[in-house]
Amino acid sequence: MAHLVLMPALSPTMEEGTLAKWYVSEGDTIESGDVIAEIETDKATMEVEAVDEGKLGRILVAEGTEGVKVNETIAVILEDGENPDDAEKALNGTSVNEQPQKESKDAQTPQPQQEAPHKEPPTQASAAEADLEGLDTKETTVREALRDAMAEEMRRDENVFLMGEEVAEYQGAYKVSQGLLDEFGSRRVVDTPITEHGFTGLGVGAAFAGLRPIVEFMTFNFAMQAIDHIINSAAKTLYMSGGQMGCPIVFRGPNAAAARVAAQHSQDFASWYAHVPGLKVVAPYSGADAKGLLKSAIRDPNPVVVLEHELLYGNKFEVPTGDDYLVPIGKAKVVRPGTDVTLIAYSRSVLFALEAAETLANEGIDAEIVDLRSLRPMDTETLINSVKKTNRAVTIEEGWGPCGIGAEISATLMTDAFDYLDAPVVRVHQEDVPLPYAANLEALSLPNAEKIVQAAKRVSYRETK
Amino acid sequence: MTDTLQNATEIDTARPSADQLEKFYRDMLLIRRFEEKAGQLYGMGLIGGFCHLYIGQEAVVVGMQACIKDGDQVITSYRDHGHMLAVGLDPAGVMAELTGRSGGLSRGKGGSMHMFSKEKNFFGGHGIVGASSSIGTGLAFANKYRENDHVCLCYFGDGAANQGQVYESFNMASLWDLPVVYVIENNQYAMGTSVKRSSSETHLYRRGSGFRIPGEEVDGMDVVAVKEAGEKAVAHCRSGEGPIILEMKTYRYRGHSMSDPAKYRTKEEVQDFREHHDPIDNAKARLLKEGTLSESDLKQIDKEVKAIVAEAVDFAKESPEPDPGELYTDVYVS
Repeated sequence: MAHLVLMPALSPTMEEGTLAKWYVSEGDTIESGDVIAEIETDKATMEVEAVDEGKLGRILVAEGTEGVKVNETIAVILEDGENPDDAEKALNGTSVNEQPQKESKDAQTPQPQQEAPHKEPPTQASAAEADLEGLDTKETTVREALRDAMAEEMRRDENVFLMGEEVAEYQGAYKVSQGLLDEFGSRRVVDTPITEHGFTGLGVGAAFAGLRPIVEFMTFNFAMQAIDHIINSAAKTLYMSGGQMGCPIVFRGPNAAAARVAAQHSQDFASWYAHVPGLKVVAPYSGADAKGLLKSAIRDPNPVVVLEHELLYGNKFEVPTGDDYLVPIGKAKVVRPGTDVTLIAYSRSVLFALEAAETLANEGIDAEIVDLRSLRPMDTETLINSVKKTNRAVTIEEGWGPCGIGAEISATLMTDAFDYLDAPVVRVHQEDVPLPYAANLEALSLPNAEKIVQAAKRVSYRETK
Repeated sequence: MTDTLQNATEIDTARPSADQLEKFYRDMLLIRRFEEKAGQLYGMGLIGGFCHLYIGQEAVVVGMQACIKDGDQVITSYRDHGHMLAVGLDPAGVMAELTGRSGGLSRGKGGSMHMFSKEKNFFGGHGIVGASSSIGTGLAFANKYRENDHVCLCYFGDGAANQGQVYESFNMASLWDLPVVYVIENNQYAMGTSVKRSSSETHLYRRGSGFRIPGEEVDGMDVVAVKEAGEKAVAHCRSGEGPIILEMKTYRYRGHSMSDPAKYRTKEEVQDFREHHDPIDNAKARLLKEGTLSESDLKQIDKEVKAIVAEAVDFAKESPEPDPGELYTDVYVS
């Protein structure tokens, strides 16, 4: 019985990749475990091992082919006594034994890379990019935009350096720092041991001494080991020193839910950091904002927490190519103008809000979307002005509801826009449970477009499910 | 003000000269008298919160300070008044910070545990036990990054020596050959818990062995011994050989903080240190024995030091409280 070799996924969310190389040819005998091919995405390369034994009957996808879909048949392995006709039969659906191939990582061990599952078109053109008019832009992933921001600032200022786990030789656990070691060397792109508390304190000390460290956390979940230094050392020292000793440092990395990594690796820390005076906190959605805000963060003389989103890293946006494209910290952006309800979101939740707005438009509700971009300081003026127009607001966050960003916005609107509200603010957030692993429960737990649609209808006094 | 401690950069031999020993005596005495006065002001309600006195440990900072040069960094934990005076900060500014006044070094916003000076390369004053270890390692990292020959003196106590970040720091400092002297001030009690009750390895200078960091035990009650060990340690770091640990065996006469009745140790134990191991008495005896100074010379020094402290107290009492407008300043660099 012939066996089909399918295009494997490097991660649960990968949708397609490049078949970089075949190590075998048609007619070769293959043992189980033989490396038969190499596939790659923009951030990782992986060898494909054969699971089945036999003779390679057909190669269906040529070496160098890009955009090969996961689970597409790339080859057929024939058992003893079978001939090429059997390969054809197998492809036509008879006597087929489909088995995804075993994956073996080419590099060391960690394997956190996951591709963003975007059902929407790869480039999210929207009003989000309206303010880029007149600038030279290029379609760029968020991942590359962040890398470019760091590279440009490192070229500009000798005191800027990057440190963290796997940032240098591994090229970044999520490949955000790809290429930086080559350009800047190991003095300025520093691989640290797995030692968050220690290297964060070390970064703070370097910042006190006048350097401008960018501390990458592989994810913000691990920054909890280091949160003492972020808050007690970085955020408070300026005040405690009577203004003498600032801490120009950036803490950055992916925040909030990834895909199917369960509770300890899926948490939105936005409200934790936004709570603390002395810190600035940004959480960009678009590629342009990712670049412009990170550059502003690196130049800022204060400690800035840059909350990125793993599931946005692969998304493409038009991003300004100029070295001096800065997005000011503390300014929200109306990414979709509307008249009936204000959807207030940040980071990946903006994506859900954009999707919800389309559904709502079909039902006669014209939603305005405000992308907060900065969480501390928060641009309350833009929020209030929007609510003055729409008289209704829904907040969206991947964090938990209690004491969250939405709670803070609700209080702000109650205090400063009470007379303009025609309905109580409704919050959409992660359900009040640790994030579950099971796909269905995970989906139930997180915010999505449908939940936003229902919330928007609720504040509009429309019938809801 | 001029009555700060003198800069000790000109001292370049391991064995202190007669002049150096006189300076050490003067510097230690200033810390002693300053701390006694701070304790008194605390009792009068002029100093609030936590107040950790350095009495008994003076030889450690005074001896170590003599080993470094301009541009070298110093960082410590919360028992920090002695370090501030040793790096040359104005005693009036330190005392006014203790009283929470606008003339304080942190303009009244830091208090006893949080004072800093960019000018003197003094990086605090850290209230979280162990924090100075990794921040100090970062200061040393900056020296290496800039390819200069500066060294960081990174102080912490025997209690902090059990914090995980100390070992995370040791690992990185050794891995990257960072120029940092870890000065463990072992005053034998972490609050009320003795080293014996808290540490599986009570010889703290050995704590770096798993990271290939050399360590040495030093009589921290003898300023000459501290200076000699310090010179060697600083030279080791400055020559690019990486970090080193000095365990200073010392003793604090007072409680952990002003609110500590010190029931965990005997009066006899404290009395023994005061009578037989006092760093200031030791230095005094040496000065007299070597004929460097006479009793009347020493009395003159005592008088001068007392005057400096009295002036600091006056300033700390008279300096106004911070303006209410200061509440919202210094949260961000604008």
